[in-house]
Amino acid sequence: MPKNESLNKILVLGSGAIKIGEAGEFDYSGSQCLKAIHEDGLKSVLINPNIATIQTDTRFADQVYLLPVNPQYVESVVEKERPDGIMLAYGGQTALNCGVKLEEAGILQKYGVKVLGTQVQGIKNTEDRQLFKDQMTEAGVPVLKSKTVTNFDDAKKVAEELNYPVIIRVAYTLGGRGGGIAHNEIELHEIVERGLNASLVGQVLVEEYIGHWKQIEYEVMQDYDGNNVIVCNMENVLSMKVHTGDNIVVAPSQTINNHEYHMLRSAALRATKHVGIVGECNIQYALDSNSDRYVAIEINPRLSRSSALASKATGYPLAYMSAKIGLGYSLSELVNRITKSTTACFEPSLDYIVCKHPRWDFSKFEQVNRKLGVTMKSVGEVMAVGRTFEESLQKAIRMLAIGNDGLVLNRANGKKYTEEEIEFKLSHHDDEILYNVAIALKMGITVERIYKLSAIDPWFIEKIQNIINAEAKIKESELDKSLMWDIKKLGFSDKQIARAKGKTSDEVRKIRKELGVVPAVKQIDTLAAEWPAVTNYLYLTYGGYSHDVEIPKDDPGIVVVGAGPYRIGSSVEFDWGTVNMVWGLQENGEKNVSVVNCNPETVSTDYDICTRLYFEELTQERLLDITDFENPKGVITCVGGQTANNLTPGLAERGINILGTSAKDVDRAEDRSKFSAELDKLHIGQPRWQAFSNINEAKSFAQEVGFPVIVRPSYVLSGAAMKVVWSQDELKTYVKEATDVSPDHPVVISKFMLNSLEVDVDGISNGKEVIIGSIVEHIDSAGVHSGDAMMCIPPWRLSNKIIETINDYTKRIALTFNVIGPFNLQFLINDDQVYVIELNIRASRSMPFVSKLVKTNLISLASKAILGKPLPKIEENKWQKISNYGIKVPQFSFMQLDGADIALGVEMQSTGEAACFGNSFYDALSKGLTSVGYNLPQTGTAVVTVGGSQNKEKLIPAIAKLKNLGFKILATEHTAEFFEEKIGDIEIVHKISEPQRKPNISDLLYERKINFIINIPSTSTLEKYVGMLEDEYQIRRKAIELGIPVLTTIELADSFVNTLEWLKDNQTTKDPIQPYDELD
Amino acid sequence: MVGYTEALTDPSYKGQLLTLTYPLVGNYGVPDPKITDDDGIPRYFEADEIQARGLVIHELSHTASHWNLSMTLDEWMYNEKIPGISGIDTRELTKKLRTSGVMMAALVVSDTEIDEDKIKQQLASTTSYVSEQFMDSVSTKEEKVYGTEEQTVVVIDTGAKFAIIRNVRELGYKVVVVPWDTTYEKIMSYNPKGIVLSSGPGDPQNCPATIETTKKLIENNVPTLGICLGAQIIGIAGNTETYKLKYGHRGQNKPCVNLETNQVYVTSQNHGYGIKPESLAKSDFNLWFTNADDKTVEGIKHKTKKCIAVQFHPEAAPGPFDCKYVFEELKGLMEK
Repeated sequence: MPKNESLNKILVLGSGAIKIGEAGEFDYSGSQCLKAIHEDGLKSVLINPNIATIQTDTRFADQVYLLPVNPQYVESVVEKERPDGIMLAYGGQTALNCGVKLEEAGILQKYGVKVLGTQVQGIKNTEDRQLFKDQMTEAGVPVLKSKTVTNFDDAKKVAEELNYPVIIRVAYTLGGRGGGIAHNEIELHEIVERGLNASLVGQVLVEEYIGHWKQIEYEVMQDYDGNNVIVCNMENVLSMKVHTGDNIVVAPSQTINNHEYHMLRSAALRATKHVGIVGECNIQYALDSNSDRYVAIEINPRLSRSSALASKATGYPLAYMSAKIGLGYSLSELVNRITKSTTACFEPSLDYIVCKHPRWDFSKFEQVNRKLGVTMKSVGEVMAVGRTFEESLQKAIRMLAIGNDGLVLNRANGKKYTEEEIEFKLSHHDDEILYNVAIALKMGITVERIYKLSAIDPWFIEKIQNIINAEAKIKESELDKSLMWDIKKLGFSDKQIARAKGKTSDEVRKIRKELGVVPAVKQIDTLAAEWPAVTNYLYLTYGGYSHDVEIPKDDPGIVVVGAGPYRIGSSVEFDWGTVNMVWGLQENGEKNVSVVNCNPETVSTDYDICTRLYFEELTQERLLDITDFENPKGVITCVGGQTANNLTPGLAERGINILGTSAKDVDRAEDRSKFSAELDKLHIGQPRWQAFSNINEAKSFAQEVGFPVIVRPSYVLSGAAMKVVWSQDELKTYVKEATDVSPDHPVVISKFMLNSLEVDVDGISNGKEVIIGSIVEHIDSAGVHSGDAMMCIPPWRLSNKIIETINDYTKRIALTFNVIGPFNLQFLINDDQVYVIELNIRASRSMPFVSKLVKTNLISLASKAILGKPLPKIEENKWQKISNYGIKVPQFSFMQLDGADIALGVEMQSTGEAACFGNSFYDALSKGLTSVGYNLPQTGTAVVTVGGSQNKEKLIPAIAKLKNLGFKILATEHTAEFFEEKIGDIEIVHKISEPQRKPNISDLLYERKINFIINIPSTSTLEKYVGMLEDEYQIRRKAIELGIPVLTTIELADSFVNTLEWLKDNQTTKDPIQPYDELD
Repeated sequence: MVGYTEALTDPSYKGQLLTLTYPLVGNYGVPDPKITDDDGIPRYFEADEIQARGLVIHELSHTASHWNLSMTLDEWMYNEKIPGISGIDTRELTKKLRTSGVMMAALVVSDTEIDEDKIKQQLASTTSYVSEQFMDSVSTKEEKVYGTEEQTVVVIDTGAKFAIIRNVRELGYKVVVVPWDTTYEKIMSYNPKGIVLSSGPGDPQNCPATIETTKKLIENNVPTLGICLGAQIIGIAGNTETYKLKYGHRGQNKPCVNLETNQVYVTSQNHGYGIKPESLAKSDFNLWFTNADDKTVEGIKHKTKKCIAVQFHPEAAPGPFDCKYVFEELKGLMEK
């Protein structure tokens, strides 16, 4: 029964592809919103091109459109679907900005669509810098001294008034994009120009800088009647110096007292009431650390990364409640989802401390600036729950899956710095800041001094000191019961203890259990045990002596291991896999399915998905603790990406029953030598390769097959430490790097075949039958990482013979490796020969794409296979009979990554992806490109700069086409010379490094006289590793900072130009996707 | 999760062992008790010394960090000779209190094995909390005057928190604090514009003198606000009945509905006794606030006289400021 009877159908806008600042948290918020709508018996329509999400399954939404979230596309859907209401708060800044534009263009009024929740005026009150300041002042909430400007000269005046340093913030943007701190006029110029271009409204704010103040946030809920509550408050460990997205965050706040807490709380309620929030918002404060002076920094009038964190930290489902409020419910009418008896109009109390830690992927990027500041750079995060700060922090570090076992006692020995170096590092935060605090303490630098340099509150530094003291104690004392309890309470893992004691972690585990030191399983219940709660939301801690829940002995369940933090190469697609596996198991009669995961930005960590949710580390130690407690009939590790997959052998060796493909068979596929030997037996080709343990062997192999070669460790995902190597010197460097990443596994090198096609196959097997989901062809040539490549179903360049060969190889390989569950095979096609590159016996990145296009949920099939149920009859080669095209396009976040080069290579660099379907290749592609932020201009100017004659040859058709379409072509000297001769009418433009020569690319970029750039790095994309040409890099970087598309591969340039040509005479289709076919 | 200095000095906790559900305690230390406001009232405390009899927590922060601290929690409790214990699974303890209700307890320190049976026997033979008389130790012995304004509000001290005095002072009145057993006539000799019956510890039935005074205040239509224990006293004086809750309402996050406006407020609460909802029917009071969770009585308003009472703490400290307007309501009654 809907609350508001005038509502019938609601449109929800998603956030599109994952990018830095807009990640999987919007799958969580959108899914909860759709769930809330569905419960009220209303129809829902979703627009979101992020195919790898749960929300774009047709489970929660009645209609799903995989279309770009922009006003043109949204209008066409509104025209067709005629919704009564629209939800703007669940798709990040993308949806919010789109909503504002829809309103301003009069589209919502034209079709009578009501904005539900915070109205557009409310959004503007918080998003427009000047309006925000005025509103806060009216509400009696202090703000920083600052001024909004629209050009550099004004910015300069303001900065001089306020005194340097000043901070520049950009209006209408996400993740602090384009902002920064300027210490002088030169920096100011750079940041202001960049910011003005990034801002939708061409304005930036110049503001006094308060980096040493505390950064405190509150999450507020408010209904139409004006009832409001604070659901959670949070404190940023790295103060105001670092963007909250890149900060280490604790909930609740730790270093502010009752007076300050409630002063900020009351201000939050006043402020949100005044601006007109309906639903959920986040308010961020700076609080002086030497008085109770405070200022409001900003309000996010929507669900956000912080609200996802607050939801998971408290157990209060903010997005769901917010959606209910949007539908017209008052807070007091809603029920606490955990107790099911008390009201939702309350403030959760926590009896644990939550620590959120960002995950950065700087090592994936050439030349990137690792410094942390006001622009967000992290690609994901984890959340740890414990009963001391030390426990939560060390758990969080392990959850990051970056190879560290805690803050100290890690495999890599701590770095050594001089006092001068460490002091610099303490005042210039990078991704190692907390490790550097530990190093500084060990060097004898005082807490006070570290605080002065780092602006980290002394309380947190003292806690790090506790960890260091404990480390020393572990090394020098007997491991008795009392010490064991003490150090486990501080979050030390068995591995850390083992390292300090020269034992194995199995030995430590055995000693520990004999001493009776085991973790307690506690509930997250929103009210600190004050009322009985039947919640299944759990964590493990050594800060307690008894379990809150009991496991029914007679009904052993299944534990599904999730994917951990979002990172490059392991993103929301693995959460989609985890959740679909849980549903699949439940639909096949399993009543008792638990999930283990530690990523707060996920749907899998919604506690209404599974029987018991463990918000926990994905480490062997913790998984064994959980299986000790659960005593499950089996554990599933094949849907959580490589993190889960890597746990398989260790768990299996310790007697845990792995459901699905056996650990032995997984190992046969992961171990390059074993895998290769199997392929030889099957007479299936593969690029020449060799495993090696010393550099000389490697060198002689490389010489024999000829450079380039690919170097990589086994057991890694997304090409971590995978490199294309072009010379002996490079080989030496990378061999060392590869051994660091995966020390327990051999390193392999293989011949890198230039000019090949790459193909992915996703499938399912039950050991007897093999179902091929689809063959997916990469649009980019081999060498561009499969995660960065555009992909197409059906393949359009493969002959029938090759398709048959791939089908045949796939089936034989799956059966040989006794695959039970999902698998992914990668092939290389070179000169009409099919080679196998690798087999992943687990869910893959492309599975949601394949599943949705072919209307067959591969993970549902996998759950049947794993449970030993018969597989349904699925038409042979069903995928070939699908009439439409699907194209998956990567989303990059280079804008946020200061300095990163955008030329693609074998290391994956994209942060997300979008996929669109269409009647033709270009129908799908044009929507895909639009979805990831490319403008597709009808006319305009293109700059072309291409290295190497081969590349130039290949580009002739594209350039000629552009010319025909009426584009003006500018090119750098050599490129211009070439195309002038072949095509004619090319204008010369000069390089950035020759600023005195005009016309210059730099000026044209700033003046926005260029629509896009085709920049193919010299000879091949891969040669950037040999020596990057500074000039090309500069062009790419500048263009990215100004938001101008840069096409860096021949294939992308060709596809882009062909799409422009197609759009001239065609319209894209706007159809909803079809639901999955019923199995059986 | 914040507010241990305020809670420990709240006279309502007199005679009680206090346990905190939040596991990390003492992070921001303890401010200087010598810092006072213009009236000479300590700015950061609710009484001149710690009122609770002991503290039970999970983790004590041995170092503290805050711009206004003068000592750590440990130092403060040591100075005031109040025992505390850390390292306790306070969640488990909370669950125990939730199922069995508040109970008598002992803190025992020993180098040798502790004889639990003996302790239990000792505990059984000591005066139980329920029958303990607190008024002599929590109430002021003589009148205290704050401010020089012309108009006066009398606060009857059954264990008043400083925050109650601060809030009345903020309304713009002189405050005279009088002992709990002050007679009606004596109170009226101050020519007060209004009366506040304060919060405090224990069973309201232990304050017969205050109940008598209150009956006359209602009868003579003197503007009166009761807070917590004061609300229960008004309840009894106004012919309702009170009872002991199983484990009471304690915390800063309790939602209450104002039935006049249907708005929900988050309130600070600390009470083990309450007014029986069904007993309101035969009294001259209307229900004003209810607890949104268990529908218990959180505020009452007299049908004809200028008498209002709330079970929660509108003065906060610790807790949210959402219901400060209750003091404005009193002002409204006084100015009418």
